[in-house]
Amino acid sequence: MDISNYIYLSAILFTIGAIGVVVRRNAIVVFMCIELMLNAANLAFVTFSRIHGNLAGQVTSFFTMVVAACEVVVGLAIIVAIYRSRRSASVDDANLLKR
Amino acid sequence: MTISTNLVYFIALPLFSSGLLLLLGRKADKWGHIFATLVSASVFIIGVIEFFAMQGREGEARAATQKLFEWISVGSLQVDAGLLLDQLSICFVLLISGVGTLIHIYSIAYMSHDRDRRRFFAYLNLFIAAMLLLVLGDSYLNLYVGWEGVGLASYLLIGFWNEKPAYAAAAKKAFVANRVGDVGLSLAIMIAFTQFGTVTFAGVKEGASGASAGALTAIGAMLLLAAAGKSAQFPLQSWLGDAMAGPTPVSALIHAATMVTAGVYLITRSNFIFDASPTAQLMVVIVGAITLLFGALIGTAKDDIKKALAASTMSQIGYMILATGLGPVGYAFAIMHLITHGFFKAGMFLGAGSVMHGMNDEVNMRRYGALRKVMPITAATFGLGYLAILGVPPFAGFYSKDKIIETAFDSGGIQGILLGSITLLGAGITAFYMTRVMVLTFIGTKRWDEKAHPHESPFLMWAPMAALAVGSVASGFLLNSGSALVNWLQPVVNANQEYHSGHLLPPIVVSIMALTVVAIGVAIAVLKYRTVPVVAPENVLGITKAARKDLYQDSFNEAVFMRPGQKLTAGLVNTDYKVVDGLVRLVGWVVQISASNLRNIQNGYVRSYALIMVLGVIALIAAVWMVTL
Repeated sequence: MDISNYIYLSAILFTIGAIGVVVRRNAIVVFMCIELMLNAANLAFVTFSRIHGNLAGQVTSFFTMVVAACEVVVGLAIIVAIYRSRRSASVDDANLLKR
Repeated sequence: MTISTNLVYFIALPLFSSGLLLLLGRKADKWGHIFATLVSASVFIIGVIEFFAMQGREGEARAATQKLFEWISVGSLQVDAGLLLDQLSICFVLLISGVGTLIHIYSIAYMSHDRDRRRFFAYLNLFIAAMLLLVLGDSYLNLYVGWEGVGLASYLLIGFWNEKPAYAAAAKKAFVANRVGDVGLSLAIMIAFTQFGTVTFAGVKEGASGASAGALTAIGAMLLLAAAGKSAQFPLQSWLGDAMAGPTPVSALIHAATMVTAGVYLITRSNFIFDASPTAQLMVVIVGAITLLFGALIGTAKDDIKKALAASTMSQIGYMILATGLGPVGYAFAIMHLITHGFFKAGMFLGAGSVMHGMNDEVNMRRYGALRKVMPITAATFGLGYLAILGVPPFAGFYSKDKIIETAFDSGGIQGILLGSITLLGAGITAFYMTRVMVLTFIGTKRWDEKAHPHESPFLMWAPMAALAVGSVASGFLLNSGSALVNWLQPVVNANQEYHSGHLLPPIVVSIMALTVVAIGVAIAVLKYRTVPVVAPENVLGITKAARKDLYQDSFNEAVFMRPGQKLTAGLVNTDYKVVDGLVRLVGWVVQISASNLRNIQNGYVRSYALIMVLGVIALIAAVWMVTL
């Protein structure tokens, strides 16, 4: 199997994630789409690592995972806090910072 | 060799007293005036002691110096704060502190009803300190400090009753006119420094002998400008008349006897510059001649007694300035006239103050008349001053003014005859306007308000007037006997070298001519003012109309300097507002407009931010892709 297919998959996953972030209103879904984008990036890292035959990409993907894990913790906490205070998980409702 | 002695008391004492009275405020109200008067008197006593100490020394050892501290030390500009008491300074020290003390005493009574009497005395002491610094400084820069100090004191005292806007404006006018002159002094100092590398009198004197004629003329012209500003000489004389807004003792001390003569002091002190530059001397003579006629003409038309006396002061200082332009011997006679004038003019001003005191502050002489009956002492002291200014022998003015007229005739050629005639004419006009003041005030019929109850002034007021009257009588004779003053000033101004050379006219002829002109002036005034209308007549000669308006000096200044100046400032303010501020405001406006448009992007919707970010990343990638392709 051609290894470049992984790249295509990564690109497709990233695009799906990006479209999801832009079009969906539910914060949880937006959040999952971000995870999807991160994992698409991870896939690309690993693939390129394989193509170039060095481990830098693999190591970077571990870093990404760690960051993603931290981000999930903080992000979910924020979402829960917002939901508790506003009774809504829609990202469009949390627009108090405008202007 | 000059000796070193302690001179700082002259300045420190009155300065301390002034500061004390101002800082203590109302707490010092009870004793402030007495304290200030005692300080002034003690300065006079120190002056007398120094004077006798000088008498005990011979020749060049008479001058004493004191270095106070290193003042300015910048590169080649080294200026020490130093004092110099020489034969010239001591004349001024005695005049300033002597007349000053008398006027302090007079003011105790004159200002007794004023709630700010303590502040008045604090300013008077400030003036004494500054004026003494002016005459005791050993360099032009030290003189300059005193010069500005007396300007400040003069401003504060003219505007002492500054609750009246006209008085505050008069103070401002004096201040501004003086600043014009001060520019001259500072320029003169700067030129002297660039030419000689020093600003001390001794250093400049040394340098002047080898300096170029152009530089000396420039310094001389600038010094003359400074003198014109301070001494109310043409073309900067317009402030003196308005300066009469100040309390009368101030007019007597500052605007008659001492401060306005600072210009004469400056020129006499700089004799080495003027002696070396005939052009500068000629300018001095012209300014003096113009002013002496100018002031005399104004004096003939003024109904305000103080303004008439102020015009007379202007004219008399014109005599002094003219004399200083006549070379070495002129300096000595200028100083002699300055001292005698200090006595008789201060005495007459105090007399005017005494009249005003008794007449509810009425200054219009047309409302006076026949006051000799109710104010015999004032009339007598004023009369002695009057005889002195007329130059009637043996009163003081006879000796000093005749010497100036004589020296003017002796200055040689057509110039001498012209100057002599001008000084003679001035003497005639002086006789006319002083007789007019005398007749309108003390003689004739009474033209008082029903409400006025003129009365003789208290002892504290007439005693100083009497003392000054004694000076008006005797000072001329004393200073002239055996050429006392000329010999005394010899080391400073080299007066002797030409005094005893030939005369164009014998002194006795000059005296007879002067007395004849004076007699004519008196006769015209007496005939003209047998009856005096209470309201000034309107159908008068053009010259009278002009003189009433100060010979249009104010209108001239207003049209030539003030209005264009205002236009210039208005134009500059406009340019500043439109161009400079406009540029700044344009920057602000651009930022504001772009910001208010850009903030629409910050709509608070997370998804639109994400979209922008995605689009941005795509654009970035596209750009990189395009470049690498």
